[in-house]
Amino acid sequence: MLSCCRDLLPIILVIAFFQLVVIQQPIDNIVELLSGTLLVIFGLTFFLVGLDMSLFPVGETMAISFAKKGSVFWLMAFAFSLGFGTTVAEPSLIAIADEAASVAASSGSIADSDAERNEYAAELRYTVAFAVGFAIMIGVLRILRGWPIHLMIAGGYLLVVFMTAWAPDEIIGIAYDSGGVTTSTITVPLVTALGIGLASAIRERNPMLDGFGLIAFASLMPIIFVMGFGIVKL
Amino acid sequence: MISMSSLVSVFLDTFWDVLPIALIIVFFQIVVIRKKLPNTPRLILGSFYVLVGMALFLMGLEKALFPLGRLMAEQLTNPNFLQQSSTFNALEEGLSTLNWQDYYWVYFFAFAIGASTTIAEPALIAVASKANQISGGTISAWGLRLAVALGVALGITLGCFRIVTGTPVYYFIIAGYVLVIIQTLRAPRAIIPLAYDSGGVTTSTVTVPLVAALGLGLAESVPGRNPMVDGFGLIAFASLFPISSVLAYAQFTEYLSNRKNNDSEHLDHLED
Repeated sequence: MLSCCRDLLPIILVIAFFQLVVIQQPIDNIVELLSGTLLVIFGLTFFLVGLDMSLFPVGETMAISFAKKGSVFWLMAFAFSLGFGTTVAEPSLIAIADEAASVAASSGSIADSDAERNEYAAELRYTVAFAVGFAIMIGVLRILRGWPIHLMIAGGYLLVVFMTAWAPDEIIGIAYDSGGVTTSTITVPLVTALGIGLASAIRERNPMLDGFGLIAFASLMPIIFVMGFGIVKL
Repeated sequence: MISMSSLVSVFLDTFWDVLPIALIIVFFQIVVIRKKLPNTPRLILGSFYVLVGMALFLMGLEKALFPLGRLMAEQLTNPNFLQQSSTFNALEEGLSTLNWQDYYWVYFFAFAIGASTTIAEPALIAVASKANQISGGTISAWGLRLAVALGVALGITLGCFRIVTGTPVYYFIIAGYVLVIIQTLRAPRAIIPLAYDSGGVTTSTVTVPLVAALGLGLAESVPGRNPMVDGFGLIAFASLFPISSVLAYAQFTEYLSNRKNNDSEHLDHLED
């Protein structure tokens, strides 16, 4: 509870400073503001308690069960569904995809009708969800095989740089952003626990060196896939 | 005011967001693993806490901090406000042109809001505590969070500067990637996966809505910018720069510990 107040203090200070010193306008509904802040503090406290009771242990025990079972196929299937399933319905992704469809319609790449726009947005959303599913799969495979992460990520970045030269201008900003919006507050702890659980269950792997990195793939892969989508759509 | 019915509706929204994840976990647990999870009642209670926590958190943000943050982003990027704070250029020349320097309050706000929202980001708190535990305490949770916050702050400030000047996004992103690749070659190996992860972790519940509002407001008020095209890209900055700052943090702590070791060796020699 106390640590949650400490976590939120910076935002409150920043907003108070700009409100009082720079903008110098009175705040109308101070009661609402205070009650909202109280809710945020309670919410964060509950979330962090629940995290240690459920998301972390679920991710880790499932990883250990899969490792004991030894079926790579089912582990891959789980990794893919986790990535795909958590992304496809993500509200911030839906918002970005709709915005992207309007950009494409106004620049004339697709016809400016509701049907066309919805189709474009849905295709983009499935592209990103597929990319995240694929990314978690590759990331899990990396932990199993012990592939060097820095080479894979650096290779991915080089590919992004190379594709940027080819991709249509209006997709570039959206592609870069889509990497950031895919990882939600629930997915991150679950996927992190999955990676660490796997790396601890496999004897030759080190949780610090091999356990992290799944989120990195989940933020890189959508950039590549969305640029590919833009190039194909061109 | 905050009513019970809106609380219930936020709770239901969160529930629907979490449902696919829960279904996937239950399916694989029952069909593939075919073993009961240990401590099931505790897990269910924990999941319930997570749900309630997320709902209260989102609702509080939506009631209190987001409207104010958005309003401030709008006010700070408002041309009238900018004219006022522009000290001499616009007034003396009698022109309504603004230079990129005149947006200093925007940069300052971008930096402050980027850093402070990152400190409050629940996903980052989760990953930092895990990293602290896994590394056996060598990585401090606070140090990591501060490094990430600094990276996000720098990224968003630079992103705002980019919107004001109209430089293409990919110049910065490509330069950032090159920097990250060079740092990767030199940084301590154990930090690398975590640093890459921290890019994706930073941009979730708290940061994205406020940063998006700032970007769109800025793109609307700067003449010659298209909010559709230039409003995008801030999130990309916010997810790229933390990688670099976390790598730098690891390089810095390694440098400090090396120097300390060298110093103590020197002392040993003197004592001999």
